[in-house]
Amino acid sequence: MANTQAMCTSFKNEILQAYHNFGTTVTRGATTADTFKAALYLTSATINAATTAYTVTGEVTGTGYTAGGVTVTNATAPTTSGTTAYWTPSAAITYTTVTLTTAFDTVLIYNSSQANRAVSVHTFGSQTITAGTLTLVMPTNAAGTALLNIA
Amino acid sequence: MALVMTTKGEMDESLLEKRTGVDDNESERAEWTEYWLEGEMVHRSVHLTLKKFTLTGEAIAASIG
Repeated sequence: MANTQAMCTSFKNEILQAYHNFGTTVTRGATTADTFKAALYLTSATINAATTAYTVTGEVTGTGYTAGGVTVTNATAPTTSGTTAYWTPSAAITYTTVTLTTAFDTVLIYNSSQANRAVSVHTFGSQTITAGTLTLVMPTNAAGTALLNIA
Repeated sequence: MALVMTTKGEMDESLLEKRTGVDDNESERAEWTEYWLEGEMVHRSVHLTLKKFTLTGEAIAASIG
């Protein structure tokens, strides 16, 4: 046998489930699962890795779209495969009967239970919607293809 | 008779010109459906399948591991 330096795979998964707090203060009050939301942003917006929380700046506006976006369906807990922890929303993210005439290309996933803190930014080809529905179908929930991977 | 939601309310699909298309690349497949009425687009929906919509937090492992 030999020892191997590594980040424990269980820890990666537990990061996604808020088991660990390296801060010096209590950061969470709730012990229930958080609610995550998905907001859309214009092609002219600046949403990126430096984004720390949901913002209305640069968010799409239009008939049928509510500021802040829609709730992400989360029925499947994070899990691991090999040394990768991963998570994917358990259903497509759908904006039903909206009119978004100014081009958008980004969706921000954020934690609406924790001060709207940002989770991830995902970009796609520029789109508009007219009296229609935007459906964002999620990738396969597996290591390497899931929406979020900690490898 | 299929009804389509449009900027002018629900309309019979048979009254509209339907256009569809697919933009397929490495990271996504966008299937769009448009309905037009007398040269005006009155409906557009997009079904966006994410293929490589993956974010990998390798930096976390790299900084500690």
